Amino acid sequence: MNEIYELRSGETHIEVHKFYPGAVLLAAVLALVFQATAPVYFPKLSILDLPMLVTIYFGLSRRNPSTGLLLGMVIGLAQDALSGPTVPLGFYGIAKTVIGYLASSIGARLDTEHPAARFALVFSFFVVHQGIMVLIRRLLLAEPETWINLHLLIAAAVNALSGTVLFLALDRLRRSA
Amino acid sequence: MVAIPSKHRSLTLLAGVLIAQLLLLAVQVKRDSRGRLLRVWAISAAYPFERSGAWGFGKVRGVWTHYFALRDAERENETLRVENDALKLTISQLQGRAAEADRLAALLSFKRAHEKVPMVGGRVIAASAGTASRTVEIDRGERDGIRRNMAVITPDGAVGKVIEVYRDTAQVLLLTDKEGGAGAMLVDSRTQGVVGGTGDPMMQMKFVANEDNVSVGEQIVTSGMDKIFPRDIPIGKVEEVKPGNTFKQIRVQPAAKLDRLETVIVLLTQAPVDFNTELRNPQAPGSRAEATAAAEKP
Repeated sequence: MNEIYELRSGETHIEVHKFYPGAVLLAAVLALVFQATAPVYFPKLSILDLPMLVTIYFGLSRRNPSTGLLLGMVIGLAQDALSGPTVPLGFYGIAKTVIGYLASSIGARLDTEHPAARFALVFSFFVVHQGIMVLIRRLLLAEPETWINLHLLIAAAVNALSGTVLFLALDRLRRSA
Repeated sequence: MVAIPSKHRSLTLLAGVLIAQLLLLAVQVKRDSRGRLLRVWAISAAYPFERSGAWGFGKVRGVWTHYFALRDAERENETLRVENDALKLTISQLQGRAAEADRLAALLSFKRAHEKVPMVGGRVIAASAGTASRTVEIDRGERDGIRRNMAVITPDGAVGKVIEVYRDTAQVLLLTDKEGGAGAMLVDSRTQGVVGGTGDPMMQMKFVANEDNVSVGEQIVTSGMDKIFPRDIPIGKVEEVKPGNTFKQIRVQPAAKLDRLETVIVLLTQAPVDFNTELRNPQAPGSRAEATAAAEKP
């Protein structure tokens, strides 16, 4: 997408997007509430990880690794808190902290505006996110967990597709320069 | 003070945040505590949103199920469509209310049939915010007399137990969660064991010796040995039996519809509850009207 590049003195700059006040908070709260309530009525929607998609989107858009990882941590810890006492605090927190950091680091280096790039990134981030959670379960909580299965790949594809559409909607929350 | 180069600042922050969360995890594992304070804050903050979300999604599903599903049939009657749409929308709303009234009537009838057993009906307002656990949140809490480790059932069978209680809400660990389970007994052979979750929709019955006879389709009920569930509440039926090393591998289909719970009953006691098939499908005149009236109370 051409509009995100600014050419100055022969260098390529990637634009840092700003959002309307409260947009990040609102998106995060809505994602968490959706994640907690939607599967009660539509069980198949539990395959989506909306809080992760929101973490990735704002990480890619704001392109600041520090705020990206902090946003991931806050969303992850809130998801832990809303997941019941069987999920220890820090389980989703660690996974989403890493994803927030990776998304904002990659966002600062690559064009992440094209839908195909977004699909590939969300797919990869979902697999990494699940990998971190399996690692935590196996190493820290000593619980058996399989690394990879068909369900993971289907879930990654569904989340990547949903993320591509969701990101187009979230683009509308950006403040024009 | 040692100055951190700006390009390493975010890496340092990442390391710090990860170490802090790893320590948080370690403390919870070591002390078997689950950070109740943070959970109370999060649940209290999310409660109004979850209630609104549950209401909104309930409406959306009602319209989806009863309106959009009928749209294919409408194509043959284009001329009548506008008029029909308005009528169907009204019908869909009435059907949604009727379905809800049926569910509430089932609960009310169940409650009436067991007047001596103290119990509280509750509505499921949220599920676990992730796939790592199978829990649901209900709109009943400490103020309604709910306490930890109380049994949760539906008129179809056992659901799980209360694992955390807040002022207005409580979290229920479903039998299908990896940490969920109940003392169980095979109805025909009276063999006892433990039914537990695997994280999947199906459950597993453990500790039944290879020598014991178990047949596919056999009913499983609670044994009462776990001091949570009263005896003889249906848990499910045997779906598959395979011999194992010492114990049989038995897959169990839950009796209650654990993947689509909307209303549940919390037993305030461990007193026995008589499960009668007729009570699970009540069609008693008047019960729906009373249930609807009960549902409309604030």
